[in-house]
Amino acid sequence: MFILKLIIRNAFRHKLRSILTVVGVAIAILAFGLLRTLVGLWYLGVESSSATRLVTRNSISLVFPLPISYKDRIRQIPGVKEVSWGNWFGGIYINEKNFFANFAVEPKSYLELYPEFVLPPAERDAFILDRKGAVAGRKLAAKYGWRIGDSIVLRGTIFPGQWQFALRGIYRGAQKSTDETQFFFHWDYLNETMKKTVPRRADQAGFYMIGVTNPDLAAEASQAIDKTFKNSLAETLTETERAFQMGFVSMTEAIMIAIQIVSYVVIVIIMVVAANTMAMTARERIAEYATMKTLGFGGGHIAGVVFGESMTIAMTGGVLGVLLTFPAAHWIETELSQFFPVFHIKPLTIYLDLAAAATVGTVAGIFPTWRGATIRIAEGLRRIG
Amino acid sequence: MDSSKSAIVEIQNLFKSYRRGSQQIPVLEDISFDIAAGEFLALMGPSGSGKSTLLNIIAGIDKADRGVIRVAGVDIGSLAEAELANWRAANVGFIFQFYNLMPVLTAFENVELPLLLTGLSRRERHEHVEIALQLVNLADRMDHYPSQLSGGQQQRVAIARAVVTDPTILVADEPTGDLDRASAEEILRLMDSLVHQFGKTIIMVTHDPRAAEKAHVIKHLEKGVLTAS
Repeated sequence: MFILKLIIRNAFRHKLRSILTVVGVAIAILAFGLLRTLVGLWYLGVESSSATRLVTRNSISLVFPLPISYKDRIRQIPGVKEVSWGNWFGGIYINEKNFFANFAVEPKSYLELYPEFVLPPAERDAFILDRKGAVAGRKLAAKYGWRIGDSIVLRGTIFPGQWQFALRGIYRGAQKSTDETQFFFHWDYLNETMKKTVPRRADQAGFYMIGVTNPDLAAEASQAIDKTFKNSLAETLTETERAFQMGFVSMTEAIMIAIQIVSYVVIVIIMVVAANTMAMTARERIAEYATMKTLGFGGGHIAGVVFGESMTIAMTGGVLGVLLTFPAAHWIETELSQFFPVFHIKPLTIYLDLAAAATVGTVAGIFPTWRGATIRIAEGLRRIG
Repeated sequence: MDSSKSAIVEIQNLFKSYRRGSQQIPVLEDISFDIAAGEFLALMGPSGSGKSTLLNIIAGIDKADRGVIRVAGVDIGSLAEAELANWRAANVGFIFQFYNLMPVLTAFENVELPLLLTGLSRRERHEHVEIALQLVNLADRMDHYPSQLSGGQQQRVAIARAVVTDPTILVADEPTGDLDRASAEEILRLMDSLVHQFGKTIIMVTHDPRAAEKAHVIKHLEKGVLTAS
């Protein structure tokens, strides 16, 4: 207890220096935690993908559609339990700044395939029954102040025109990681409008979502689907939802690696700053360490005092950084929801934050600890005066 | 040495030198003398004469190249580093020129510091500290930090810290060197009382003839050699 008191008082003896170091460590840990979360967020789609869902798209590219007639043939393939389809709509709400993901989907099958989008039964039925109905995620609705029954107009970019929808439901995510900023409406509404305005673009789906009865059948079913449409005008590429999502992630993997490197560089920088602080501290206290040795304290005691001081400063900064991470993440999730619809700090990130702070304390304390523990008494006492 | 008293420190043929580059510089040459229990001995000599080195060797914080030094019968030259640390904690009280108090600890905590190495309970430690601070007339300043005390008061705290473990010997390196005359007198009176009232053995290095006057025995060192007593 006494030694702990000595360590804590020593750690904050030079208040300004210690506070600046603590703040530096806190900011570094905050940055580390947020960057790690950002990287994790990038893989969220992959992580939250289901093992029983497949995605079928045009084998040339996702931008090329597939005939809607494929749905019945896919349904007949062994292992396929459910088939849904949809199109990326790419509509704009008021102006381009208000970006959110919006899809035209077949509502009944889609909601069955994606149980993570939780709708109250009444809203679910209302959505399915209303051809101009739409559902929005809880966060998206909150952001724009939408209520059930509101009329929402999106300006089409891929499918030109002003598209009017009636909000019939607001879904909640079944998990924390579920994206609550998406917008869905009836594929039939899109298709019927296309039939009237651009008939050549009607009866086409951007992608099919397929539910299989057993994850073990995923590979077999994928091959069977692609084989079915081999040598057709629109050949398919079927992959698991995970692989499909991973395809998007891999396009930006270099950026993610760069962010990961930056997160480590931040820690290395603060490690150097903290090491400098501790080295200065140890140099100033050599005479005190020598005095303690004179009184009979061993090298282990001195090492404990110096190392404890380094760890106190680093862990104080670390804990402060962790505490700041939560309001910072909340702010990002609230204010930047169009870019980061889900910005949850995982327990693993907190453990990594604390481990990073402990590493900073350890590395910063190594040299001063060794110096304090091995100082010769006579040499240390000569520093006085 | 008074033959009626037994020797608490025995020094025989002590040699010490330092290496500077390729040169070997002798610091102590063939030093032999004894210090009796309860004696107040002053080591005097010009700067660089080796008196502080000799004091350090007696206190077990430096080692001689050759020779024997026994304190209370223990050949401290043969002790390993860790044994020596334990020996110092139990047998030596230090009084430094610049007090060497821990600035982040109160007077009370500074005096308590060496007691952490003993097996005393917290309550026992506190009793010892209170007694030591009363001895140096600083019981009313026990919660003060060193920066809140004058030089003389800090040195009295250092003396309380030195005596709180009831060591075999007290070593003092220029204990009045940083003090004004009045404070120096006060410290010397206190050290004198430690010898006369409590039978402590004090070995003091000093430049100050007035300080040396308090000693029973004065030894002079010149270039590492004892010149006169």
